[in-house]
Amino acid sequence: MSVLEHARHPGAVAGAPSTWDFFADRAFRGIAKAAAALILALLAFILWQIGRKAAPGIRDYGFGFLTSTSWDVGRGHFGILPAIWGTLYSSFLALVMGGFFGIVMAIFLTQDFLPPRLAVVFRTTVELLAAIPSVVYGLWGIFVVVPAIRPMANSFYEHLGWIPIFGTTLSGPGLLPASLVLAIMILPTVAAVSQDALRQVPYRVKEAAYGMGATRWEAILKVMLPTAATGIFGALVLGFGRALGETMALAMLIGNSNQLSLSLFSPANTLAALLALNFPEAGPREVQVLMYAALVLLGITLLVNIAGGAIMTLAARNVRR
Amino acid sequence: MKRLMIAMLLLVSIPFAEAQERVRLTGSGASFPFPLYSAWFKSFSSQNKSISVDYQAKGSGAGIQDFINHTVDFAASDAAMTDEEIAKVPGGVQLVPMTAGEIALAYNVAGVKGLKLPRDVYAGIFLGKITRWSDPKIKAANPGASLPDQDITVVRRADSSGTTFVFTTHLAAISDEWKKGPGVGTTVKWPGSDKFVASPKNDGVAATLRQTPGAIGYVEYAFGKFSKMDMALLQNKSGQFVAPGGKGGEEALASVKLPADLRAWLPDPEGAQAYPIATYTWLLLYKKNADPKKAAALRELVDYCLTEGQKMSLQMGYIPLPESVSATVRKAVASAQ
Amino acid sequence: MSSSTLPAVDGRVARNASSAGPSLRHSPWEVRALRSNLLTAGAWAAAIAASIPLFSVLYMLIVRGGSRLSWEALVELPPAGFEMGGGFGNAIVGTLVMVGLGALISVPVGIGAAVFLAELGPNSTLAGAVRFGAKTLTGLPSILAGVFAYASVVLVTGTYSAPAGALALAVLMVPTVVLTAEEAMKMVPRITKDAAYGMGCTRSQVIWKIVLPTALPGILTGVMLGVARAAGETAPLMFTALFSAYWLVEQGGIKLMRPTASLAVLIYNFSGMPFENQIELAWAASLVLVMIVLFINIASRLLGRRRA
Repeated sequence: MSVLEHARHPGAVAGAPSTWDFFADRAFRGIAKAAAALILALLAFILWQIGRKAAPGIRDYGFGFLTSTSWDVGRGHFGILPAIWGTLYSSFLALVMGGFFGIVMAIFLTQDFLPPRLAVVFRTTVELLAAIPSVVYGLWGIFVVVPAIRPMANSFYEHLGWIPIFGTTLSGPGLLPASLVLAIMILPTVAAVSQDALRQVPYRVKEAAYGMGATRWEAILKVMLPTAATGIFGALVLGFGRALGETMALAMLIGNSNQLSLSLFSPANTLAALLALNFPEAGPREVQVLMYAALVLLGITLLVNIAGGAIMTLAARNVRR
Repeated sequence: MKRLMIAMLLLVSIPFAEAQERVRLTGSGASFPFPLYSAWFKSFSSQNKSISVDYQAKGSGAGIQDFINHTVDFAASDAAMTDEEIAKVPGGVQLVPMTAGEIALAYNVAGVKGLKLPRDVYAGIFLGKITRWSDPKIKAANPGASLPDQDITVVRRADSSGTTFVFTTHLAAISDEWKKGPGVGTTVKWPGSDKFVASPKNDGVAATLRQTPGAIGYVEYAFGKFSKMDMALLQNKSGQFVAPGGKGGEEALASVKLPADLRAWLPDPEGAQAYPIATYTWLLLYKKNADPKKAAALRELVDYCLTEGQKMSLQMGYIPLPESVSATVRKAVASAQ
Repeated sequence: MSSSTLPAVDGRVARNASSAGPSLRHSPWEVRALRSNLLTAGAWAAAIAASIPLFSVLYMLIVRGGSRLSWEALVELPPAGFEMGGGFGNAIVGTLVMVGLGALISVPVGIGAAVFLAELGPNSTLAGAVRFGAKTLTGLPSILAGVFAYASVVLVTGTYSAPAGALALAVLMVPTVVLTAEEAMKMVPRITKDAAYGMGCTRSQVIWKIVLPTALPGILTGVMLGVARAAGETAPLMFTALFSAYWLVEQGGIKLMRPTASLAVLIYNFSGMPFENQIELAWAASLVLVMIVLFINIASRLLGRRRA
């Protein structure tokens, strides 16, 4: 270690920092702080850019924009309530499915259920899936997922159609195919980050649990998971963020329909897909409205993160007894 | 490792040896003519080694925005440009109709080929009024066909597009109810039924059509032709049923005279054998180009497309410009700059 | 963990009192062991269930893409319209260049910020704000990253370019890198850091010599996830780098300030065309993209391991 090179006495094990060390330290800390501030500045800059374009839209449509359901470019009626609903519904579904299976995958791959070499292969395969372009996921959804779930969906509709979540037929793109594909898209992220969190738990913690007579799953559920909780929660945050902002694949699978429906099979809309599908052809009027929608999406992300943070703090408080 | 790096650097620097500068033209805009333009530009560049042309399909609106912001050398649009958009470009805009295309109604009904759809029927289908294939009006127009008693699922575009603009313009021209209802636009408020599904881009619509029995939707003819989809014969203003492709498109174009600013619309063409849904698509050029080399290159490009290029049009599913039209356009381009 | 959740070993000793001492073997039918075995079965089932769609995607990619993969596809320029053959060599170069530049921007910034969040000022108001900022940015739709880079770079320079694309990708990568790196650094055991302080290291030396090397695997995960996502995004590149049917390198040298091809935009363009040739190339390009990321992934893990 270089500190020994600057040690005052040869053969000393420890020594005070030299002048160069001192300045290098100051410089590095300054750079790190600047990097952190840069991120904040980036967010502020993006918000400013979007806000600037959105301002006329906000002025003209106000709060009604958030509660109206019609999207009629020709007459100038805009409303994003169906899009907000679809965003939250699809992202939440995707988080539940993708998050659950992602964490289970992570446990499966780190808790000695598989021989180590096989686990590495598996892990690399799962991480690979994060690299697949969203367009390809969209195509996979259209060509594989939709035909695969159509028969099941229609039989659900026939027999259980009175339950609102099965209330319509699946005629192609819709909420369920989109949520399923979204869940698959965030699974690698959740799994990879959760694996890291679980791997960081010192082995002796697990050994201690076994030593007290815990079964395998008691050790995992009551000891490993709580210790790795912050890391796993971080994984879920990343996954949820990705789900909220996913553009391409959802644009191909959500159906871009402005209907508010509880049904899993009906077409819906999300804010990101709305943006992606309408932005290229949007006239100046529509661009303002779309920027307003973008601000709403960022606002939702912020609110959800605040809520998540509050839940974590509450949970941590309970664990501490 | 070091030797590998040096070798790679040497490889990369070989092109430095040649000193010739190529003129690079960039354009963006409509996806309607994308297959044709990419074929034209590629063959033009291979014939003219000193000019290379790039075109990216992002949508007519995005192309117009790029054009106004001067981030491209030319743009393409299915909806030409409105006067207020033209006003935003200092120096003025030269609109050049390059080709034209048709919009076909593709359908997926087992065992039915050559479906004939009268005007009020297809308008009714898209208004959500006619909901089953066994509807008497459809049966009346297709006496020989065995139409199943199936729901009609309408597949529309999810993204805002010039194709929707042209299709809705036509529907508004033939149906008052459509005009008062959804109206005209790159996106419109479609009837709120769960039998109306949306997919993005032509290939999304095609995929959904193929997977959904009893579906009908609108696609560019070129796309439908190469995807081998069943396309309906539509009834034109004179009452004849015309199939897309072939002479129907040229007749439609011949029925409208190009005005001085070269913006012509064909909402409902006259002509006995005219196909009812067709549109020009324009290239947008700056009247004043800062770079004379680029201006010259652009003129060559446009000239090529209007002469050699037209030979490729029919084969690729587009409508070649009638002689009179292409002559007018070439005169207008030569006068620019 | 509270002692009430784990019944004391004595409870079971009493039942087995007849034998020589406490038995350490779990009978599989006893409640807690049964629960554990059922959960194991459940975990296997869940892992298999989750693997099915994952392998389905990979299968589709390999089957459809592999059939078209050839040397020609990797080095030729994109075909137009009716043309046969052709490839996407320029798109490969473009993706490598833009993702590389994007990583060059986002990784130092991300790690620097994470260092601040984990080590230098974990409880300061700035840290709290930056954490919220990073989490909010994870939800930024990719198209907005593109619009932002368009307004900041393309409009200013007057042309589509590779650096603009790189900036848009960097914006998408930064939140992932920051959040994962921070978590990785927080996990470094306090003991090792204290030992270094005890030897007289400055805070920077502790970070450089202890924290970063120990947290490297976790940081790499974040970087890999970011790179993987950036390589596959289409919307931001359409607004910043557009597309090109030609090479980045041509007479006169490397031209970065031009529209640049990329695999993601190529896949978007070609998958939407009605020509079989183009559609096949789109699948082959998807496969190549995934293989590139796999290659970078493996390479970085090998490099990361060598440090230890």
